Amino acid sequence: MNRYYFDYNATTPVSPEVMEVFVRALRETYGNASSIHTDGQAARGRLELAREQIAGLLGAVAREVVLLSGGTEADNLAILGTLAASPAERRHVVTSAIEHPAVLKTCATLHATIVPADSRGLIDPDAVRAALRPDTALVSIMHANNELGVIQPIAEIAAIAHQAGALMHSDGVQAAGKIPLDVNALGVDLYSISGHKFYAPKGMGALYVRKGTRLAPLFFGGRHENGLRPGTENVPGAAALGAAAVLCKTNLSAESLRIAALRDRLEQGILAQVPDAAVNGAGAPRVPNTTNIRFDGIDAEPLLIALDLAGFACSSGAACSSGAVEPSHVLLGIGLTRSQARSSLRFSLGRFNTGQQVDALIEATAGAVERLRRLSPVYTHA
Amino acid sequence: MPKARIAVAMSGGVDSSVVAGLLREQGYEIIGLTMQLWNQRRLPELLPDHPVTGRCCSLDDVYDARQVAMRLGIPHYVVNFEDRFEEKVVKPFISEYMAGRTPIPCALCNNFIKFDQFLEMAAGVDAGQIATGHYARLDFDQATGRHRLWRGRDASKDQTYFLFGLTQTQLSRTLFPLGNFTKPEVREIAARFGLPVASKGDSQEICFVPDGNYARFIEAYMKEQSIASPDTGGEIVTTNGKVIGEHSGVQHFTIGQRRGLGVAAAQPLYVIATDAASRQVFVGANDELLRDSLMAREVNWVSIAPIEQPVSAQVKIRNKHIPAAATLLPTADAARVEVRFDEPQRAVTPGQAAVFYDGDLVLAGGWIE
Repeated sequence: MNRYYFDYNATTPVSPEVMEVFVRALRETYGNASSIHTDGQAARGRLELAREQIAGLLGAVAREVVLLSGGTEADNLAILGTLAASPAERRHVVTSAIEHPAVLKTCATLHATIVPADSRGLIDPDAVRAALRPDTALVSIMHANNELGVIQPIAEIAAIAHQAGALMHSDGVQAAGKIPLDVNALGVDLYSISGHKFYAPKGMGALYVRKGTRLAPLFFGGRHENGLRPGTENVPGAAALGAAAVLCKTNLSAESLRIAALRDRLEQGILAQVPDAAVNGAGAPRVPNTTNIRFDGIDAEPLLIALDLAGFACSSGAACSSGAVEPSHVLLGIGLTRSQARSSLRFSLGRFNTGQQVDALIEATAGAVERLRRLSPVYTHA
Repeated sequence: MPKARIAVAMSGGVDSSVVAGLLREQGYEIIGLTMQLWNQRRLPELLPDHPVTGRCCSLDDVYDARQVAMRLGIPHYVVNFEDRFEEKVVKPFISEYMAGRTPIPCALCNNFIKFDQFLEMAAGVDAGQIATGHYARLDFDQATGRHRLWRGRDASKDQTYFLFGLTQTQLSRTLFPLGNFTKPEVREIAARFGLPVASKGDSQEICFVPDGNYARFIEAYMKEQSIASPDTGGEIVTTNGKVIGEHSGVQHFTIGQRRGLGVAAAQPLYVIATDAASRQVFVGANDELLRDSLMAREVNWVSIAPIEQPVSAQVKIRNKHIPAAATLLPTADAARVEVRFDEPQRAVTPGQAAVFYDGDLVLAGGWIE
């Protein structure tokens, strides 16, 4: 059976060009980037080239890029590192209810104010303003939401944070590779990205740290990454992340148009064929690849399984530790009821999807929803 | 043409793992589904001296189910039934218990979860039938047009006491592939399939209550829900009306219980009855526990149509009870049956089930009034 992948927000396949760079670096650039000899210097050179490429995707300069293991580490370092480096009288954090757990759970260990999102999935900059206090050290708001794809008004929020003397962090894991990025235009001090969300291997990410931003490390050891991240550098991983950054930046305008067209075709196709369905977060600006659709009267869990058995990979909420699906905190956070949240499915598209795959997905989804509604004790419309 | 798709309820134990293996071997398309019923980490005060291992819905069991599915090469998913389980099993369990009755959540779970929501989930993934690891047998009686439920061949593992609530529709879509096997045979089959769970221990009776300590579980749950524990303390009264002491709550007493009354008496005293309304616990001599009849309500007729004449049967009044010879007497309401025992039975307990058998055949069952 063909497998059709519609879960690019969870992770992406490594693109062939990136794979080639990765394997070549594994084979050839084996030196320790901290070693003095020629092999070490070759590794150092490869690492710094990658850092420049990553900086290029972000609109930053190379020395502002700290190479890390992924988005979760970047979020943790941004938040905990800022707090540890800020004066004792400034330890308050402002974040939102729809953040990724890497931010929410980190903030739960701190003194934090959680700002809600509206029904479209947008964070109101005025709500952030109202949450700011004289002791606020950091505002952390995601750039694009993983479940809805909604893009937040980061530039506006950053300006508000700065007026109050707080630093601004944004989790850009779901934005990088999907929309043009410019950390200066956004006005952020800290920005997290993760390689496996844009066709690089898992285990590689980065944190943009604006020049002059005070940050304390989470780990202790050598003086790697400007003292912010000890540990022998993952040169092949960095090379792959750099290659993926270049690829994304080069192809972005054409790819985002193509993927947006596929996403719209999927969304319109499903809405046309399935009654009593609605797009969550439809009223807000969104990244081009994500759609989150609610099917009234059914549970998304059997829908997800039925689609998987038919060859389609998509996603519903967050999996708990057992692997069972729990109602998404993001969907509950934009005011959906528990049962509405449980009836929603996320489709996220990417580089290797085609129009023919999208049409097959529409067909399969419409069929599965119809069968589930026939069985449903609560669905009575249409 | 591949055979039909069957959803197997995989708990991670040896029984349901063997079911998946047997049906796979017979050429069916198997979907393994593990039900997440209760989050064992939810009530933290129950955890420290009760590590979450080896019981239903623990992460270890989910891990085991996944390993078995991978070994057998079948798709496997964990499905979240926590909301419904809490509503249909945990809450009724607590209210029954607080009312001084002795509930059996396994029967509720079968009626409302395993053979209801699970069947619906199976249909949702296009599986027309489900299979479980219960030790019971099913057949179809052409003469009456009914699906019939029989005790499993391994009498020591018989689980029909908890299955009396199944309807004809539910039975028509269910397979019990272990009904003709004994537990040792099932373990042998697991070993033959190379399943990692072949020698895993049996599960506990009530999966969501650590160590069977109901009172502790309920206390923790009520605390989490911010429900004030009602004061259910009251008098301990002898059956001839004499108050001989006090107790801290009717829910702590089970009919037939001897220990833990905290009153001294010349003769051994047993709990004869409890009354949640007056908060009284009645105690008396052992022979006062004997009853020669009971009324069963919400009777579900499983293998035969509702009776119109008195019928001889054997009746089981708790899971470990040896079925006692009795006569079933119909009432005007087919869902209410009077059971008259040939010999008086000890500790007939409201809230438990009375299940009627004819040999190995499950005739019907209901709740003891």
